[in-house]
Amino acid sequence: MSTTDTRSTDDATRPAKAASQAPRQGRAKKLPTRDRLVVIAMVAIPTFLVVALVWLPAVGSVLLSFTKWNGFGGLDTIEWVGFQNYQDVVTIYPPFWPAIRHNLIWLLFLFIFPTLLGMLLAVILDRDMKGGRLYQTAFYMPVVLSLALIGFIWQLFYSRDQGLINQVFHSEVDWYGDPNINLWAVLIATSWRHTGYIMLLYLAGLKGVDGTLREAAAVDGASEVRTFFHVIFPVMRPINLIVLVIVVIESLRAFDLVWVINKGRNGLEIIAALVSQNVIGEATRYGFGSALAVIMMLISSVFITIYLRIVFREERQR
Amino acid sequence: MSRPRSTGALGGTSVPRSTIATMSATRRSVLRGMALSGLAVGGSGLLAACGDDGGGASSGSGATVKFGINEAQGSGPAYDRLKAIADAYTAKTDTKVSLNAVDHNTFQESINTYLQGTPDDVFTWFAGFRMSQFAESGLITDVSDQWPIDGLGDSFKQAATASDGKQYFVPISYYPWAVFYRKSVFEKNGWAAPESKDDFMSLMDDMQGKGITPFAFGDKDGWPAMGTFDILNMRLNGFDFHMGLMAGEEKWDGDEVKLVFETWKSLLPYHQEDPLGRTWQEAATSMGNGDCGMYLLGTFVVDALDESGDDLDFFTFPQLDDSIPADSLDAPIDGFCVAAAGKNQDAAKEMIKWLGSAAAADAGNEAAEAPFIAANSGASTSTYSDLQKKSAEVVGAAANIAQFMDRDTNADFASTVMIPSIQEFLKSPDDIDKITASIQEQANSILG
Repeated sequence: MSTTDTRSTDDATRPAKAASQAPRQGRAKKLPTRDRLVVIAMVAIPTFLVVALVWLPAVGSVLLSFTKWNGFGGLDTIEWVGFQNYQDVVTIYPPFWPAIRHNLIWLLFLFIFPTLLGMLLAVILDRDMKGGRLYQTAFYMPVVLSLALIGFIWQLFYSRDQGLINQVFHSEVDWYGDPNINLWAVLIATSWRHTGYIMLLYLAGLKGVDGTLREAAAVDGASEVRTFFHVIFPVMRPINLIVLVIVVIESLRAFDLVWVINKGRNGLEIIAALVSQNVIGEATRYGFGSALAVIMMLISSVFITIYLRIVFREERQR
Repeated sequence: MSRPRSTGALGGTSVPRSTIATMSATRRSVLRGMALSGLAVGGSGLLAACGDDGGGASSGSGATVKFGINEAQGSGPAYDRLKAIADAYTAKTDTKVSLNAVDHNTFQESINTYLQGTPDDVFTWFAGFRMSQFAESGLITDVSDQWPIDGLGDSFKQAATASDGKQYFVPISYYPWAVFYRKSVFEKNGWAAPESKDDFMSLMDDMQGKGITPFAFGDKDGWPAMGTFDILNMRLNGFDFHMGLMAGEEKWDGDEVKLVFETWKSLLPYHQEDPLGRTWQEAATSMGNGDCGMYLLGTFVVDALDESGDDLDFFTFPQLDDSIPADSLDAPIDGFCVAAAGKNQDAAKEMIKWLGSAAAADAGNEAAEAPFIAANSGASTSTYSDLQKKSAEVVGAAANIAQFMDRDTNADFASTVMIPSIQEFLKSPDDIDKITASIQEQANSILG
């Protein structure tokens, strides 16, 4: 009995020991001090940077948006005005509503024209045609240029009195000056660059598509167009998502081109330019400009939320 | 606002002038704009880029003065002049001058953070409301103990005076806004500079009859049309009303301002169409090549024409109201201030006094191919062109001098309200009531 007893106690202690060891094995192994420090640093430094460079200024902007301050003197000269700035923005600030409209037009336009064109070009260039590399480079070239430079290049075409378009067609269209036209003129200039960008993304996507899918579709007798829309396009879903995000981001941060052209006035009002007009440059309406920036942030977060929901749903489905 | 500097030589290029204007929106300011579009608070110390610490004696021989100038190295005569002036000061007094040369637009746009950060001791600035605003905020030093300065008359002393009655500024040069025309075109057509409103109207009608647009006009950059508003307001409502309006003491939706816009509207048919897509350089080119007869602009119009200006002449805008003489005009004055946060106040004050002297102006003008018009009456005029001599004469004869809208009023108001409003008026000249009401509403919010 005694033997069995000891055995049973042995048996009893063994699992107990195993149990006491098991959780240790299940958890991540206790890291050596050095590695732990590295991990802490890798988490802490980016967190610190994000908080210091993103969240603090963002909160600062929100706070400033309830004040009136011209940047002179200390923080004690900041005057608290509640929602006055927001009220002014939507009631007595004439450029605001046009700016909202222009940003939306910008977004829709980029979604429709350059995206489709870029996709089309990618499909054509993907077919290993003669001189494909050359075309590819030519279409991609504008992407390398800064938007500021693109504004300058297109000025050579658009200038009313000395520009190429009016000289060639003997027209007198005021491309950059007429508020009914200039937004579209600018959108075309933007598209010139954006198309190349989208094209490259889709080109990369197409190269990544498994060749057997095409073969299978061909064997089944599907036409090329059908193959593209029913087989290739759905397979490129990740690329499509990236393109979607890029278009939204590009149209919200649309700024440099209009700033170079006329600092976002006269038909080219967009929110980012209005923020800049009010806080950088000679005007220093920090409170008012912050209110505009906060509005821009709110609009952006709507799109960011939608995007994140799509991405998370995607991950859950996997 | 990118006020062009009088560079004089943009020579020998075949690109349209407009492109030069576009390029001048510096990459730096664009990048800064991008970085800031999300976060509204500006950084600081952008301008405190170079220059060493002013050690050594605080003034006199062996001292160092930091001198911030709004012309980048290589930007033409404007930089050359300031550099030569700094060198001449060192040669004369053995005070070292450490130059901090910053691009013109960047300097102007960063002035707030600059003055509240670590500014240079002496820096280039303009006379007018904005100088006065800095004085009120305690950002610049009272230099009234350096005044009077030999050769700078009462009108310049007045322009250097802030709202507290003390001087905070020392002028060096100025340029007038006037109506420019080509002598050869006027001669060929038998035209003469108009003396009265009737002359003026018949001159414009005659020009139109001959298929020439009377006035070149461009307002793509937003500020050039302010010059037209200024002169019409001074002619129709008088100088005192104009300055009161700029100071926020008069109403923008009153009958006086409406009269200005109404008159402007009646003159618009004599102006080039579609001004909002045209830069001032393009407009100047239309006047230069004879498509347009006249152009209301500053003397820097010469810069856009690729020539010496020998064929150019100008007249001041004629009288429009019988009771108001045509004796006031915009003539922005450039000069210097001492930054209150500068380390070396004594040496800075000593230097600024010298900067106002005839010797300083001469040193600058001798070094650069395009001279400025010196504020100091003792300065040599031997290098002046006819245009400059006449400018000096006209400004000397003027009873009242305004500085230009964006220097005479609050900068927030000028750039975020007046530029869009004037452009709105140029788009729809029939909406005067709506536009003036909107200006007043915004003025209440900003200035009130």
